[in-house]
Amino acid sequence: MASGFPPILTGRMTEAPGDSHTIARYEATGGYTTLRTALSGMTPEQVTEQVKASNLQGRGGAAFPTGVKWGFLAPATPRFLVVNADESEPGTFKDRQLLERDPHQLIEGTVLSAYALAVHHAFVYVRGEYPKPARRLQRAIDEAYAAGFLGSDILGSGFDLDLMVHLGAGAYICGEETALLNSLEGKRGEPRIKPPFPAVEGLYSRPTIVNNVETISNVPWIVANGGRAYASIGDPASAGTRLFSLSGHVKNPGNYEIPMDLTWRELIYDIGGGIPEGRELKCWIPGGASAPWFVPAEHLDTRVTKDDVAENGSMLGSGAVVVMDDTTNVVAAAHRIVRFFAHESCGQCTPCREGTTWLERMLWRILQGHGRPQDLDMLMDVSDNISPGLTWPPAMTTICPLGPSAVSPITSIMKYFRDEVEEMLAAGVTT
Amino acid sequence: MTAETGDRVTITIDGREHAAEPGALLIKAAEEAGTYIPRFCWHPRMKPVGMCRMCLVEVETPRGRMLTTACTMPVAEGLVVDTKSAVVEKAQEGVLEFLLINHPLDCPVCDKGGECPLQDQTMSYGPGESRFVEEKRHYEKPIPISDLVLLDRERCILCARCTRFSDEISGDPLIEFKDRGNLTQVITFPDEAFSSYFSGNTVEICPVGALTAKPYRFRARPWDLEAVESVSMVDSFGSRVSVQASQNEVLRINGVDNDPTNQGWLSDKDRFVFEAINSEHRLTTPLVKENGEFREAQWSEALELIAERLGSVRGDEVAGLGGARSTNEEAFAFGKFLRTVVVTPHLDAQLDDGLDPRFLAGTVARATVSDLEEAATILVWAADLKEELPVLYLRVRRAATELGASVVVVHPRRTGLDDVAAVKLTYRPGDGADLLGSLRSKRRARAEVTAARAALKDGPVVAIVGRTSAAERPGLAEAVAAFARDLPGAKILPVARRANVFGALDMGLSPELLPGRVPAASAQGRSALEEAWGPIPEPGGRSATPILEGLRDGAVSSLVLLGCDPARDHPRPILARQALENAGFVVALDLFLSDTAQLADVVLPLEGFAETEGTVTNLEGRVQKVNRIIPGPGRSRPAWSVLGDLSRRMGGDLGAPSAEVLMEEIATVAPAYRGLSWDRLEWGDGREGLVVPTGDGEQPLQHVPDAAALDGAGDGWALHAGRVLYDDGVLTRMSPSLAALAPRAAAYLGPADAGKVGVEAGEEVILRGPYGAVALPVGIDPTLAGGTVYVPANLPATAALGAPSHVEIERLEGGGS
Ligand SMILES: Cc1cc2nc3c(=O)[nH]c(=O)nc-3n(C[C@H](O)[C@H](O)[C@H](O)COP(=O)(O)O)c2cc1C
Ligand code: SF4
Ligand code: SF4
Ligand code: FES
Repeated sequence: MASGFPPILTGRMTEAPGDSHTIARYEATGGYTTLRTALSGMTPEQVTEQVKASNLQGRGGAAFPTGVKWGFLAPATPRFLVVNADESEPGTFKDRQLLERDPHQLIEGTVLSAYALAVHHAFVYVRGEYPKPARRLQRAIDEAYAAGFLGSDILGSGFDLDLMVHLGAGAYICGEETALLNSLEGKRGEPRIKPPFPAVEGLYSRPTIVNNVETISNVPWIVANGGRAYASIGDPASAGTRLFSLSGHVKNPGNYEIPMDLTWRELIYDIGGGIPEGRELKCWIPGGASAPWFVPAEHLDTRVTKDDVAENGSMLGSGAVVVMDDTTNVVAAAHRIVRFFAHESCGQCTPCREGTTWLERMLWRILQGHGRPQDLDMLMDVSDNISPGLTWPPAMTTICPLGPSAVSPITSIMKYFRDEVEEMLAAGVTT
Repeated sequence: MTAETGDRVTITIDGREHAAEPGALLIKAAEEAGTYIPRFCWHPRMKPVGMCRMCLVEVETPRGRMLTTACTMPVAEGLVVDTKSAVVEKAQEGVLEFLLINHPLDCPVCDKGGECPLQDQTMSYGPGESRFVEEKRHYEKPIPISDLVLLDRERCILCARCTRFSDEISGDPLIEFKDRGNLTQVITFPDEAFSSYFSGNTVEICPVGALTAKPYRFRARPWDLEAVESVSMVDSFGSRVSVQASQNEVLRINGVDNDPTNQGWLSDKDRFVFEAINSEHRLTTPLVKENGEFREAQWSEALELIAERLGSVRGDEVAGLGGARSTNEEAFAFGKFLRTVVVTPHLDAQLDDGLDPRFLAGTVARATVSDLEEAATILVWAADLKEELPVLYLRVRRAATELGASVVVVHPRRTGLDDVAAVKLTYRPGDGADLLGSLRSKRRARAEVTAARAALKDGPVVAIVGRTSAAERPGLAEAVAAFARDLPGAKILPVARRANVFGALDMGLSPELLPGRVPAASAQGRSALEEAWGPIPEPGGRSATPILEGLRDGAVSSLVLLGCDPARDHPRPILARQALENAGFVVALDLFLSDTAQLADVVLPLEGFAETEGTVTNLEGRVQKVNRIIPGPGRSRPAWSVLGDLSRRMGGDLGAPSAEVLMEEIATVAPAYRGLSWDRLEWGDGREGLVVPTGDGEQPLQHVPDAAALDGAGDGWALHAGRVLYDDGVLTRMSPSLAALAPRAAAYLGPADAGKVGVEAGEEVILRGPYGAVALPVGIDPTLAGGTVYVPANLPATAALGAPSHVEIERLEGGGS
């Protein structure tokens, strides 16, 4: 159970829920002192060293080691830092809390990161459906400028940083880093072909680091307490705490900051309070709508770490845990997710544009009682044409992982609930 | 075995090693190695986007085999690729199936049917039967997106070729993607048509029948078409085309990728001008005028009449105009006819709307179009290339946007290249010499001049020089070239627009020139030619304007016109009319009964483009072969044959049993063309065309541009008579699809100048010049130099003004009632 670890991200908002977003409260609780220390006493390389030593992994979905990514940043200038606050993965609502309740923590993390990366222009790309978090963030940025934590010659250090907020326009795909960069440039939000990676050719073709809100929000603590201290929290291969968004059929849905060494049973039952109204746990999505599902018979005692989840064919992704109880129609649930991805496909590449909608229509037809026996194999085969081999992490015939994401719920229900799907076909059930 | 060989790398495709160019895209490298990887979105002349996913292959990586798109993958040493594995085959089949599930099965009524990559690849790679039982996506069936192009979104496979073309290549991104996912569609912007001078290219490169061209929709099935490669004769750029015909009718013109010239692209005028070939207005029989009326005549009667009339006057009372729309062989025959049969020194292929013939034919350090690829700086002081030489515009644009050249544009108003220009200098026509002076000097000047000076220091420089409009003195272009010659690594590309004007001059159709870029004044050149031809008239003949003046005043009595319409094209239309009306005898060889031909005594019908075989020479001096695919209409004949026949009747002999024999003679008597043959151009080293010598030592005529000071003074408003692509020229007029696109005529003024005149947009003014007057509505052009009025040349409503250097503007009082 969550104990014996310092709350790295949510301490301030838990203790001062009323005004944790203000600069007064932030400074009163030690905020911006790390920045002062770092700008006056540390070189950029020393800041980077701490982030590397922390083993911090990106919280945006891919869990890529942040220090390693920073090491890829090409030397050319100008170069940019972009904070990804597009948070659109269904079930994910943790960045929102960080933006609304502790925006200065993110700003301080951004300035520290920019200092480490020798970046003088940073952007926060906030999803269009987050007007309030964006307002909070903007107000905090204004405060930070006024207090000299942003702008030119920050705290007399000679270091300059401008930070801008950009509001998205309601496309999930703009959370994918290269689609985000296109959108930021005013183009259609479509993922780019990689390589080149953003660290080499990013925003306006300049070297660019893209990191998630939560990733960057960890940086002040890491710099203040040392990378080693951070690395010692949680599982050695999954350092630090993570903010999980727990939702669905649990008694206590919400965001929980926990170290990554609990089991799923502890997360769902101890922290989430278990399944309401005495119903049974049927399955859960361990890391956002893109992730293949877990079932109690196999995974309840699996640990909530990157590697344990990967070994079991899924991922921690965006940290969104969606719990489904035994009343859930899994075909309907899968359809709902596939429909989401079909709707959010940017339409650039053929297998995703055509395939996700085809899968959605087949599932819909089955739900409407018009399924045919051959549909099961067809669902799998069409899925295979999007994600050959149906493995996880997925092989792709697509440009980005969105297409294969739509396949996860289908392989999940076919793996664990094939009998239910078959029954539905046989009965011609309508829900 | 995998060591680098020279600057090549070794890659392994399907188990076999090949040498490849490092960094080349795998799809191209594989093709060069003999392995075709299927594709839809990739196009060799555009940036890859990896969207269709048809070109998926497996490559070996440190983490195992990975699927990747061959069109986005640069090759490097040691790359190992499998293009045929089971995974690849399934992925490709899957992509095809995805493309087909929403594709309508209307192949039988689709223009692309028979030459459709989707259809073909379905045969080669596709699944047998459809297992898609859901309803297909539906859109309104073809919607017109411009006057020339229709879009059928149901057929579209969203490959982004059209959108990339209009964005990257032509620079008018009027067609774009809208919506996303399954609803993604190609569309134009609301209230904005896809009116691009290059829209036909998108129809050609669309891999399916989603974009179709109105002029050839439903006209023919691809398998019924015969095709022949040729060269567009719409302008002097010389774009390579494929002319396609069925049952003696040209039904389509497509682009052919010739690397040194058009690289596959065409202007819509190059493409849709085929309508003029099939025009019902084509001349089909000789016409003889009797009592002011034409009547049809037999060839023998008409030729006999001409022989008699021309034979009844002194040779030097006869003049010849034209040849710039003919092949080299025809132009050569025309010159030989005039100089040796008629025996006259008065001949001109230009109509005083071009440049000094010695400059056009013999500029030292002449640039080729390919030189643009290496240029650091490109100076464009000429007509608006987008309007006059649209494919040259594409090549300059490419140099600027893809290859990093800085472009300096000098022009009296906005031009198509301004968007990509590093520096733009706007000047009032007539003030060109002053501007040139300040470019040369080091004195303080306005910011743009300083920027231009700096840009022009960076070589190699290619200077494209020509007349900004026919109202501007031709000498200015030469002064500009003289200035440009001294820039670092400079090469000069003098430009004139009319189809084969460069070839015609090279064939000696000028009082200044003998065939093969030999100055008419050169004693040595003359005697060499006389050895072959016998005596030719002394130099000093009249050029176009003196010929017309001579006809008007009686010094010249007869005129032979070869595809030439001075009543329309000469800058002084009234002079041209007076000349034609006063002339004793006029014979016109033409395709159409032009304004000029209507004033002739005898009109002879010619075979034209796609009907005759021969060569043409483009603005860089590149000789290319044009070919015949259909016979001309009615009793029309090729000009060389008509002139040969006429010569015999006049007691001479052109010695020309065929156009090919004429080429053989050209290759002997025209020094710059020595050694050329049809064979070389068709099968030999001349497949891309051969640039006749331009190097300083080899070329007979080495013309050094003249930097003489130019006096631009004049009273009234400076006139800029720039041409527009769709003017009232005969080709446009006879191509209904293009004729509809001609812009409305107007007299454009800058906002401040309109205020000075006291007129607003839409009000009528009278423009009066020395050659004529026209009444036009006023248009406001904020890009126009001060003190200048811009009147698009050669529209029906503007033609009568001609192209004087200055005009008076008169407000129509009491207008609006
Ligand atoms: C379809 C798709 C959607 C994504 N959406 C988000 C998102 O909303 N927020 C986010 O931080 N990362 C998202 N990502 C991951 C980003 O591409 C990127 O990896 C991440 O922002 C990097 O930050 P990190 O290294 O701090 O995790 C998405 C990725 C994909 C493929
Ligand atoms: S996989 Fe889907 S979202 Fe990603 S690039 Fe292709 S079409 Fe766009
Ligand atoms: S219209 Fe044609 S060229 Fe354009 S995207 Fe569709 S298929 Fe491609
Ligand atoms: S040809 Fe490579 S993805 Fe289309």
